[in-house]
Order: sequence, then structure tokens, then C-alpha cells
Amino acid sequence: MRAPRTQFAAPQKLLHWSMAALIIAMLFIGVGMVSTVAPKYLTLLNIHKSLGIVILVLALVRIATRRHYGVPPLPADLPFSIRFAAESSQYLFYALMVAMPLIGWGMLSAASHPVILFDALTLPAILPVNPNLYSLLRRTHDFLGLVFFAFILMHVAALLFHKLVRRDGVFDTMTPSLFPHSRHSAPDMPYDQMDRSSGGRPSHE
Amino acid sequence: MDNSGQKSKPITLEALGVIGTTIGIASLAFVFTAAWLTPHRLTPEKIVSALKPPGGPALGHRRNHAKGICFMGTFDANGAGSELSRSTLFESGSYPVVGRFNIGNADPATPDPMAQVRGLGVRIMAPTGQEWRSAMIDAPVFVAPTPQAFLELLKAGASKDPNAIKQYSEHHPEMQTFASWAKSHDRTESWTEDRFNSLDSFVFVSREGLRSTVRWSLVPMSKAVTIPTDELAKRDPDFLQEDIVQRVQSKPQDWRLMVTVAGANDPTADPTRAWPVDRPTVDVGILHVNQIQPEADGPCRDVSFDPTVLPKGIETSDDPFPAARSAAYRVSFNKRLEEASQYPRTQPEGRP
Repeated sequence: MRAPRTQFAAPQKLLHWSMAALIIAMLFIGVGMVSTVAPKYLTLLNIHKSLGIVILVLALVRIATRRHYGVPPLPADLPFSIRFAAESSQYLFYALMVAMPLIGWGMLSAASHPVILFDALTLPAILPVNPNLYSLLRRTHDFLGLVFFAFILMHVAALLFHKLVRRDGVFDTMTPSLFPHSRHSAPDMPYDQMDRSSGGRPSHE
Repeated sequence: MDNSGQKSKPITLEALGVIGTTIGIASLAFVFTAAWLTPHRLTPEKIVSALKPPGGPALGHRRNHAKGICFMGTFDANGAGSELSRSTLFESGSYPVVGRFNIGNADPATPDPMAQVRGLGVRIMAPTGQEWRSAMIDAPVFVAPTPQAFLELLKAGASKDPNAIKQYSEHHPEMQTFASWAKSHDRTESWTEDRFNSLDSFVFVSREGLRSTVRWSLVPMSKAVTIPTDELAKRDPDFLQEDIVQRVQSKPQDWRLMVTVAGANDPTADPTRAWPVDRPTVDVGILHVNQIQPEADGPCRDVSFDPTVLPKGIETSDDPFPAARSAAYRVSFNKRLEEASQYPRTQPEGRP
């Protein structure tokens, strides 16, 4: 058994922040692309499909990471309602991260519309062609996109609440560890400095 | 970590301000991106709703080119297209096609003799899962130079002001080419005698990476027979559908797929402007239509002939229409599939 940690592990933080950026971009691209007929519609649509599959893969990695590292405990004095909201919302985020790309992929399959990633890779259909299924999945995809954004807003509000009002350290469990105390310095140093400090080694010329 | 007495810590105005501002700005940005605050943005919904006839849209049907009939066949490539595009669909071979003959009107009850425009949609399928979809019409050029102008024209057409179209055409003299064609071109007795044009330009990319901007046409192999104007009106409301059923029953009907390459300064972004007739044209193969099926349960019913569904080796060009059509077709597709119960299927879903 590990001792309870006070922070998420570095790979978890990296996944959290990179996926946060990707998912927020995805949601904006999603509502933006369906509201325009300009040529950027096609560019946005291609990015949306490609990023969606990237997010699906990252979400699966992230779930594995969570199983491996666990999560830092919430403050012991957290009221039940807040604890329940905090924990259940995390599972909801995981569910959305996995479900949204699959629903998007599935709805395009049901509409017999090809899914091409990065202008290169054509994905196979994952569902049979079916107009009713398409309509159902498309409405679900639209609706869950709005739900996802609303949850992100609530998530941000909750974390700011922890940071600014409760000041209970929950916010800091996920802050990037840019300045860790135990930095193994040598490999991160610029090469020219490394050469100088390592003395006799000839520098590249 | 400060562990003491969090619960009694008051929510300060400052904290509330930070939280409120953050959430507010994020929400506003989202709503702005979604065009809920920007009524002037040219959305696909605007184009689709401008297409609706005075009595409202025909529920469950395509929002334009609503009347049509499905066909199946093959595209037999002769290999010549491989000079221009690395698409596997140009390598010698036979590729399955699902398509749809149609007339250009938003009302599925339009009598065929009234059709000003006739159209053809194709979906050519490569064994690799790649596809080439195209929706073509028999006009030599399109009616409007940009999606924005097209929307203005649709609005002028629907306007109660009798001068609206006149005012539009004064600002848009480029519509004359289309308008005079629509008024005076000979109506043939069959879709099999019509030439269908992509109108929009696309880019073919060769194996060597050479890019050519092209337009394509399906050129009929049947000789055109014109219906005299006074006789046209007497034809059956479904004469085109009856004709195609009969012809395809007796033998496959064929079109040559001709690809025309733009010259250096040709107007590739403006489908109202034809290219000079001397531009190099490559015969890349033959479309054989060998089976007709009514749309009601046919294989084309739930297909969107989205012109941006393209195989590797074909790309969109600087022509703004394929993107706009793709967006508008998507909206039309979403609406009619939602309304599937309103569509007169001969075999409703769930009934054997």
C-alpha cells in the first residue's frame, strides 16, 4: 500500500491539463463548426473527428493511469454533499470522455458517412447504417456536448471555490509541478551548459 | 494545508467575483462561438430554411431536389484519370455506385414537366472504404457566385415584393447566364439524355503531388431528343421516372465521366463562370446505370450526396460552395431523418 498522496502523479497531471485543453477546444469546435457554411467548416470538422479519436485514446490511458496511481484523498471534513458531487462528477467526466467520441463515431457510421482521421486514416464503421439510430445518436451527441461544457464550468467553479473560499488544498492536488523540489537537473540542462560543466568532453563543432 | 474552520469561512465578494467572471466569460465565449449571439452569421440553417416552399417544407424529404428515384450501377474507370489523381477510383476497374436522379425543387410533388433543373447524385465506392460523392445538375453554370449571394437570391425569390428578384439581378448580373439557360434550354425526354455538371471545382492530386483544379461532367451516351415546348406540359407528371424505369429495364444506361482541367487564370472559385471550351478534358470512364429502385425503400433514400465526401487524391478547391453545401446537406439530412415517420415509406420500420 502506498501512503496517501497529497497530489496527483505527474503523468496524471499531464493528462489532465492536456486533455482539458483538447476537450475545451473540441466543444468550441463542435458548436462553432455546425453554425457556419464557411470553408473553415470542413477544416473544423476534420479536426473535430481526429481530435475526438485522440481524446478517446487519451481517456483510456487516463483511466489506466488512475487505476495505477490512485487519487489523493479529499479533505476529511468535506460535507457529504460536496464529497458526493466531487466523486460522482469525476466518474461522469470519464464517462463523457469515452462516450462522446464513440457516439460521434457511431452516429457517422449509422449515417454511412466515412470517418477519416488527419486526412489519412479511414476508420471502419462501428454501427450498422440506420436512420433512426443516427438521429438518436446525433441528438445525444449534441445534448451531451452541452452537458459536458456545463460540467466543465461547474468543475471550474468548484475548484475556484476550494481555492478561494475553503482553501483546503484540493485545487493544488492538480496544479502542474513545474518547480518540483527534487529535480534531476543534468538531462534537462541545455547541451552547451552540460558540455561546459562536464569539463573534458569535446563540444560538438 | 489550512485545515481549520473552512466551513465558517465566509464567501467573500472577491471570491464570488472571480468565480462569476470566469464562468461568465467562458459561457459568453461558448455562446458566441455557437452563433447564438450573432444573428448575422451565415449558418446552414438559414440556407436550408430559405429553401422551403411557401407551404412549408415537405417533412421527411430532402430540403431541395426533393423528388427523385434511386439507381444502382457501376463506375468503370479506364485508368486515364490516374494521370491527374492518385485516387484508387481512377485505376482501371469497376466500382459500385448508388445514385439518385432528381429534379431541382423543394416540393416532392412537383410535376416533372415543371422542373427547371434536373440533377444526379452519385456515391462511388472504393474497396478501401473510401468514397466519392457528387451531386450534379444539368445547368452549365450555377446561379450564384457565393453562398451569401445564393441566400440573398433565395430570399428574393420568396419575397412578397414583386421587384425583389429584379433588384437582386441588378446587383448580381452574373446570374444572367443561368437565368437565360433556365428559361430557354431544350428539355430532353429523359435523364439519360442530359449532361450533369459538377459546377464546383475541386483539386485532383496526382501521385507525384501535382495539383490540378478541375470540374467534371457526366456526358450522356444517348442522343438527346428535345420535347417541343407545347408538348412538354402535356407529359405525365412523373414522365422522367417512368422513362428511366423503362429504359434501364431494357438495357444499362451510360454516361461518360469527363474531367476538365482549369487554365492558369480560370475562375476556379466562382461556379457562375464557365471555363473556356478549349480546356483539356480527360475521359476517365463510364457510369453504367443498370438498376432503378423507387426512393421509398431504395438505397439512396438515406444517403446525403455531400460533395465533400472525397477519396484520397481529390480535395476541395478555393470554390466556397462544397463546404457550404456540405453544411447545408447535413442540416437537411438531420431534419429529414428526424422526420422519418412523415416520409411515405412503403415498408415502415419495424414492419416485415
